[in-house]
Amino acid sequence: MPRRDDIHTILILGSGPIVIGQGCEFDYSGTQACKALQEEGYRVVLVNSNPATIMTDPAFSDRTYIEPITADAVRRVIEKERERGTPIDALLPTIGGQTALNCACELEENGTLEDLDVRMIGASREIIHRAEDRHVFRGIVEELGLKMPKAKTVNTVEDGFEFLEEIGLPAILRPAFTLGGSGGGVAYNRAEFEDLLRRGLSASRINQVQIDESALGWKEYELEVVRDRNDNCVVVCGIENIDPMGVHTGDSITVAPILTLTDREYQVMRDAALDILRAVGVDTGGSNVQFAIDPQSGEMIVIEMNPRVSRSSALASKATGFPIARIAAKLAVGYTLDELRNDITGTTSACFEPSIDYVVTKMPRWTFEKFPEADETLTTQMKSVGEAMSIGRTFKESFQKAIRSMEVKRFGFGLDENDRWLKERRQQDGEQWPIDEETISRKLSVPCQGRMYYIRYALKAGWTADRIHELTGIDPWFIDQFAQLVEFEQELLAVDSLDALPVETFRAAKQMGYSDPQLACLYLGSIHTDTILQVRSRRKALGIEPVYKLVDTCAAEFEAITPYYYSTYEHPFEVDGELVRDDEIRVTDRKKIVILGGGPNRIGQGIEFDYCCCQASFACGEVGFESVMINSNPETVSTDYDTSDLLFFEPLTLEDTLNILERLNGGGIEIEGRTGEVLGCIVQFGGQTPLNLAHGLARAGVPIIGTGLDSIDAAEDRDRFKAILDELGLQQPESGIAYSMEEARGIAAKIGYPVLVRPSYVLGGRGMEICFDEEALARYMRNAVDVSELANAPVLIDRFLSEAIEVDIDVLADYRPHADTLCHQLEMSDEQPQAVICGIMEHIEEAGVHSGDSSCTIPTNTLSKAIVAQIEDNARQLAQRLSVRGLMNVQMAIKDDTIYVIEVNPRASRTVPFVAKAKGVPYARLAAKVMMGHSLASLEIKKRPETTFFAVKEPIFPFEKFPGVDVVLGPEMRSTGEVMGADRSLPIALAKAKMAVGQSLPIEGDVFISVRDSDKPGLIETARSLVSMGFTVHTTLGTHELLASHSIETSLIRKISEGARPNILDRLANGEIDLIINTPTRKGGETDEGRIRAMAVRCRVPMITTMTGARAAVQAIAALRAGSWSVSAMQDIYPDLARPATAPPEVPTPWLNTMSSGS
Amino acid sequence: MTGYQEALTDPSYRGQILVMTATQMGNYGVNEIDVESAVPQVAGFVVRESSRMDSNYRSESMLAPWLARHGIPFLSDIDTRALVRRLRVNGAMRGVITTDPTLSNQELIEQVRTSPSMGGRNLAAEASSDTAGSWSEGLVRIPPTPPRDRRETTVKRVVAIDCGAKRNIYRHLVERNCEVRFLPWNCSAEEVRALEPDGLFVSNGPGDPAAVEPLIEVLKEIAGEVPTFGICLGHQLLALALGATTWKLPFGHRGANQPVRNIETGQVEITSQNHGFCVDEASLKAQDCLMTHVHLNDQTVAGFRHASKPIFAVQYHPESSPGPHDAAYLFDQFVAMMHGDTGKVDSRRGPNKASKAVKA
Repeated sequence: MPRRDDIHTILILGSGPIVIGQGCEFDYSGTQACKALQEEGYRVVLVNSNPATIMTDPAFSDRTYIEPITADAVRRVIEKERERGTPIDALLPTIGGQTALNCACELEENGTLEDLDVRMIGASREIIHRAEDRHVFRGIVEELGLKMPKAKTVNTVEDGFEFLEEIGLPAILRPAFTLGGSGGGVAYNRAEFEDLLRRGLSASRINQVQIDESALGWKEYELEVVRDRNDNCVVVCGIENIDPMGVHTGDSITVAPILTLTDREYQVMRDAALDILRAVGVDTGGSNVQFAIDPQSGEMIVIEMNPRVSRSSALASKATGFPIARIAAKLAVGYTLDELRNDITGTTSACFEPSIDYVVTKMPRWTFEKFPEADETLTTQMKSVGEAMSIGRTFKESFQKAIRSMEVKRFGFGLDENDRWLKERRQQDGEQWPIDEETISRKLSVPCQGRMYYIRYALKAGWTADRIHELTGIDPWFIDQFAQLVEFEQELLAVDSLDALPVETFRAAKQMGYSDPQLACLYLGSIHTDTILQVRSRRKALGIEPVYKLVDTCAAEFEAITPYYYSTYEHPFEVDGELVRDDEIRVTDRKKIVILGGGPNRIGQGIEFDYCCCQASFACGEVGFESVMINSNPETVSTDYDTSDLLFFEPLTLEDTLNILERLNGGGIEIEGRTGEVLGCIVQFGGQTPLNLAHGLARAGVPIIGTGLDSIDAAEDRDRFKAILDELGLQQPESGIAYSMEEARGIAAKIGYPVLVRPSYVLGGRGMEICFDEEALARYMRNAVDVSELANAPVLIDRFLSEAIEVDIDVLADYRPHADTLCHQLEMSDEQPQAVICGIMEHIEEAGVHSGDSSCTIPTNTLSKAIVAQIEDNARQLAQRLSVRGLMNVQMAIKDDTIYVIEVNPRASRTVPFVAKAKGVPYARLAAKVMMGHSLASLEIKKRPETTFFAVKEPIFPFEKFPGVDVVLGPEMRSTGEVMGADRSLPIALAKAKMAVGQSLPIEGDVFISVRDSDKPGLIETARSLVSMGFTVHTTLGTHELLASHSIETSLIRKISEGARPNILDRLANGEIDLIINTPTRKGGETDEGRIRAMAVRCRVPMITTMTGARAAVQAIAALRAGSWSVSAMQDIYPDLARPATAPPEVPTPWLNTMSSGS
Repeated sequence: MTGYQEALTDPSYRGQILVMTATQMGNYGVNEIDVESAVPQVAGFVVRESSRMDSNYRSESMLAPWLARHGIPFLSDIDTRALVRRLRVNGAMRGVITTDPTLSNQELIEQVRTSPSMGGRNLAAEASSDTAGSWSEGLVRIPPTPPRDRRETTVKRVVAIDCGAKRNIYRHLVERNCEVRFLPWNCSAEEVRALEPDGLFVSNGPGDPAAVEPLIEVLKEIAGEVPTFGICLGHQLLALALGATTWKLPFGHRGANQPVRNIETGQVEITSQNHGFCVDEASLKAQDCLMTHVHLNDQTVAGFRHASKPIFAVQYHPESSPGPHDAAYLFDQFVAMMHGDTGKVDSRRGPNKASKAVKA
């Protein structure tokens, strides 16, 4: 059955902003789906509010709507396409995660799809319901003779407690229709039970929570299944969770293939997964089914299924090479699996089950350091923000590679600088070892980040594998693998110097995944570029080098054509008397550019940088160079096998990247007679991760293309940067460095409060705070800083520019980089160097909120033309002075018409994709070309008028996943993702941005206002507007009286602390408040205001926490009330982005014709 | 990744060195139940890494000592992917595993060259049981799975000609209310007829089908007298008996992930396969046979039936073990034929319908 020709235009819904539980894996699946449908000749209409995605690059769809993924907005998109004469006939809802699925269901339920003649493909409303309604699903599963844990779906707290009597504690709670298990968890006592139940009921779209009997300690598995309309089913990948039941799959360390099941057990699970898919009725596409197995009896239970592609299907695709989303898209338009080709081999069928001849480990990445008040225990609600994947031939190798992929200053399973056992051995810190039994016991039994290190400590302390198994529930096979590593440490420890390490032991260490840094730490005392390179040169002298093997879907059964590699240290064998190791890399003689990716997502470094890296890869193709991608993040587009010419799925460490660079370059970097053609490396696009490697790479002789490292350093070095600003006559907020408490007081007094304080050497605003008075400063110095270390790690104190307007400027320039790291093989055009302003983003929140957490607009809207011109001029000066070749980001603050430079980063910044989408210009791609030698003049960059179109960037926060954390914006970044609201009217653009983060502004109803005293004068106009629009405004006494004195009537609400009920918390819980305006006094989460904010998050009431934000919101509300708003595709705004129409392919099943028959 | 114990005890691997591409072997140990014959059948076992512990509630022994007990050479820490890449290009070849480090490469190569090749060698004779017997054990339901609806009320007697049959084939037949009587590979037509079978089954087995000449002669005489079903080597032997020819694949089909299209339904089954020889399509069609199944990756014959006689066979392993259970419906088809059905059991799984086929 070839492609359907009764449909022409397909609507794809993305997943919107990156949140915990819904990350950039849906950009990966969405991009694949867009490409797959376009190559079949369909018109693709895309709706996604996330500008940082690759899929919203206008090249990937015919009509790119960066609009909210709400039923309302999507309806307008469908209507608009109809009016344009290009009606949408099908909606593919299974590619954009839970967000897309929920939106599609709503469109079906409210009749939109029927009214507008759009049918769902991939999954119908009925199928989604059967899979997601837990009651219906249970019926289906039990009908098949399969078991589920005893469970009940409840809609009220009372029913919940009644069922608890039946099953007892602990119990697992899961709200229906939420992503990442949001609002769910494990309850060990009645208080926790009630808390989770209430939270879950309000988080669920249909007020439904399932309470499950706990299968804690059972082994957990997941099968990724694909089915087509002819009922062909294949299991693409089986994934085993190392962490047993009780920890969300997204928070578990997982491996593929399944390692501890017999075939008998596995096949029963496979049958069950297929039966469930058939019974639920998933016609086409990918689904996953989760199971648990009792390790004592082998009894199997079904946990759940998702009738769509998911985070684990992205993982399964990267782990096997089988592109699930791409195949799912093709199946949705009518193909069957056997008509599709396995693109990895190019000659075999896509209707097969991949076999894996390596071990894949996925490790989650958490950012608890950003939420110190949050509970770090891992439960059924996902808390991680990203993940890394690693590939090794054995579990031990793969596992240690996964650890060093995490970029958390761990270089393997112990023996690094954070190894408490090793520290004690060296008597650096007598407090650390032995760790008392109780601590180990607790760390093993309560799942948490870093539990694996405690397993090692337990083994080191002589605990038996049985005891560890009992406490952790982890399968004994894995514990034995850990034990093997611990035992091998003895062999390493028995040697006292690197030179004395026998070659066999050295090789064995590498085969078990030990990194050069671990050996550097062990034998050379520390982990630095020098010591790492020292181990490296010793290793190479002994002839111990990695080989590269292919991920080929078929365990070498067929030849693979896609160059998707991983490194491993393999056993040598003899060929014609010589020892060889099998290396499958195919090095061409084409010139190559190596792009270092961003590694696991975390707060402050996410999809934006993957967007930049992919653009760099596309630029290579356009310039005619071979692109080489190195990354460890399975969720990304950059690690798709067809994004770059060569893909290396590897940890982003100096050792691993140098290995690849040298191998591609014919054995070394600056060596005689090298045969490779590596021109250089791009380190400026992947965020902090590759930048951290840049110096080490440069030391090893790797040419870095684009802006030189010295410029990047100059911008980060306080003194050098100050000198540059002085030279250019630019201003900076006054500042000082304090090496003691007294100095801190003195500096603050001199520059005046409020002051911005932070430890030196931090990233992403970590540990940064604004102190309004000396008392706050003293508190900060006491709590946040290690005072004894002040001499080595001083505190930076800046004048805080209160009520200043902050701007971000992205600049693209083509100056000649400094010679230090210049790539000499690259012809660098430097005629008429210049700097182009990509965009100026004006923050809506005033200075003091981390730029990643602020909303901002393009173009600016409150700054005068003269100031804007001066900002541009200053930014250009900086670019020239720093010899920027590529991208640069500048942050400035404007107060009283004076421009202060806050920060300069001569590299791709988080805002680049937003600017690119707002302006319709692929700045990252252009920048990459400039770095590869092109001049800006030759690229003819489009000038965009500043006035016709507004784009608003709005961040989204994970507060609802971390109950107890105060919802306050500050200098420390805490948002996980962002959306773009775009419109010809600024207020509507703002309103759209709010819709897109799920905080739709009300156009009528009740508003609660509570602001700090300093904001009260600014409040009057805001309150007046709200009242005049018919809102009921609720205030507490002080505000009430102030507003009354300006003849603004508000409803008085008693403070919580006064004890009167119903108080504001009750009103919030009852859904009586539609909007909150609350500017925090920063006194913590335990105050009235802290509790209000927490309740607002829990009840999902939109909340605005700055006065500028409030003023903007009022304008937006007024605009929404004034009448209809419309949606626009990027191609409407910038007609030059429209793609030429594609013709359907002539050969519907291309591979069948090229296949040999009957060989 | 799974199923090493079933593969090691599969008589079709007799006389061969089995190389695993999956890298971690022995993780769940071995037990007395997950076996396809009484002892490991391979001549040697080569893996990347062997587990030093066995983690499974049913495990009775670790893999390495079990192999040692049965005298099977077990080689680990080999880059098996590198080995397979060479086999992929050069085809399966003879090899030697030695424990004598004093032997030179030349001497070892000499040993290999003098060892008998698969071609022309009647390995089925070695793998077959020496005597007649019967089998009465049904499918193993571990972990417990829902019982199958029994559709067959009367017992049918199947005579199986054993060329190295896997136990799971017999278990599937018993499960469907069959009485299984087996005869050694060199049985005569009279011996078969004497048992008054309702159906005849020709089993899987190792090696070159052409070398099992006496059995081909017997099959020429009796195939199709009663409903006849062949698996793997049995498929090849039935084809040869009907006058078709076989040829050696450059690189045999192995493993549990081989896609096969059922030509009659258009649906694809993921199957277990283990064969180095293959039936020639044109010669088969010339003998009034219809191709019923085709290997999706290379379009070679995966199954056929005779246009007029009740004979059908598949090149792959519907009994799986190890592997997916997708093709178990073929046993239903065989039993239905014995019950007088024309052999056209509805094997379409059909959308939105849970498969009721036997699994385990």
